[in-house]
Amino acid sequence: MVNSPDMNINEIQDQIIDDFSVFSDWMERYEYLIELGRTLPPFDPSYKIPDYIIEGCQSKVWLYPEFKEGIIIFSADSDALITRGIVALLVKVFSGRTPDEIIGADIYFIDRIGLRQNLSPTRSNGLLAMMKQMRLYALAFKSKHEHK
Amino acid sequence: MKLAKSIEEIRADFPILSMKVHGLPLIYLDNGATTQKPEQVIQLMDQLYRSANANVHRGVHFLSDIVSDRYESARETVRAFINARRKEEIIFTAGATASINAVAFSFGEKYVREGDEIIVSEMEHHANIVPWQMLCGRKKAVLKVIPFTDEGLLDLEAYRSLITERTRIVAVTHASNVLGTINPVKEIVAEAHRNGIPVLVDGAQSIQHGVVDVTDIDCDFFVFSGHKVYGPNGIGVLYGREKLLNELPPYQGGGDMVATVSFRQTTYNDLPFKFEAGTTNFTGAIGLAAALDYLTALGREAVEEREQALLASATAGLSSVSGIRIYGTAPRKVSVVSFLPGDIHQYDAGMILDKMGIAVRTGTHCAQPVMERFDISGTIRASIAFYNTEEEIDALIDGVRKVTEMFG
Repeated sequence: MVNSPDMNINEIQDQIIDDFSVFSDWMERYEYLIELGRTLPPFDPSYKIPDYIIEGCQSKVWLYPEFKEGIIIFSADSDALITRGIVALLVKVFSGRTPDEIIGADIYFIDRIGLRQNLSPTRSNGLLAMMKQMRLYALAFKSKHEHK
Repeated sequence: MKLAKSIEEIRADFPILSMKVHGLPLIYLDNGATTQKPEQVIQLMDQLYRSANANVHRGVHFLSDIVSDRYESARETVRAFINARRKEEIIFTAGATASINAVAFSFGEKYVREGDEIIVSEMEHHANIVPWQMLCGRKKAVLKVIPFTDEGLLDLEAYRSLITERTRIVAVTHASNVLGTINPVKEIVAEAHRNGIPVLVDGAQSIQHGVVDVTDIDCDFFVFSGHKVYGPNGIGVLYGREKLLNELPPYQGGGDMVATVSFRQTTYNDLPFKFEAGTTNFTGAIGLAAALDYLTALGREAVEEREQALLASATAGLSSVSGIRIYGTAPRKVSVVSFLPGDIHQYDAGMILDKMGIAVRTGTHCAQPVMERFDISGTIRASIAFYNTEEEIDALIDGVRKVTEMFG
């Protein structure tokens, strides 16, 4: 999905922080995340193959990149709803961006909306690996593009 | 049987149980992963470093003597706790995993050749699979697997048919960390012994739940971890039958495991030191003994009885939540319940329960073959200790009910 091309990565992060600031407790935050997960566009099942999977011990994430006219479009999915909600947020931030924007991005919204524990560097849910993978795709597309 | 202390007194012994998480009282139901420590262990560890720290078996000085004595008396405590015949049969290791790796290496070096067979079960923790696979890789041996039924019972018929003249060792868990099943290890050992085959029993999930008697089980090796039985982590036990331990080569070389060392030839020390190379985790061993003493004083049969009552409440309560499936319904179980609420992902459920202050484990529990057997990606596991309460079990059941409403 492509989001607000007129906003930069930090503006989108700020908007997400703003969206979450209205919730007074964790239950509302999680319910919103679950909703977000449900709004994620359907993931093409033919991409649910090992090439596009990011394994976590707890939940699985699939990530498929497309490089079109200088920008990367990400589609993604997860088997857990909370993870899918965070996946939706990451897609919102990273999809429709140029490789340089992705490589240079400083992702701070996750901390600010109280989801830090979902990004623990352990093998919990594949989200940290997903962010790493998004950056790797950006690097790969960038070097391919520059060597054309 | 009655516990030697009231539940209030017991809970006061475990300082961590009164803490709050996310502003709510902690409900700790992840005891299968690790148990909490009583003051008796915490204070002892503190005191050891303050007033009784020196290397064991090394110095002739005052402190070294004190620590060496306490270390050796910890060995005696362990021996008595599992009813081994001799204290030389108790080897201190870093944990159950380290113990299994030690046996897989030493036994494998001595007795396993190309084409030989090793039997494990389908319900093993990865720690009782991978070391044997590594051994099979080194020796070109074959790993055979005892399957289990839908209820989570080992198929003993299949086990008997797996035994051949090439079988060198059987390694099975006493209790499953996912299904809770208490396996008939005595029967499994007897069958193996009829064929002259030794058996290793993984006691990581049984030692904390009641009385374990290695002489009665008649197993050849028994392993467990200190941290799962209210002791410190980084300490574990390998019990081995004296005759076998004497036959096996050491798996690590270093200080204390030797009798004489020269560049021409080194001779090894006697049991148990032959298998304790380097400075051992003596503080851990002494702390572990304190934890075992705590359980003994509380009454191990009473501990088991209490945990069984809590298990029955949890099982009945969870079963009443609509759409729930329980994995592992054997008649004899340790206090572990694995379940899935409908189609809700275990990770989602675990995250929400955490926010309610409830600590459960979610995922594959280092037993991926069990997940494969049921064709699921993981479970939620509540593992109960004697210090848990009926109120905490009720909170778990309520929490799971809320989860099903939230995701349903």
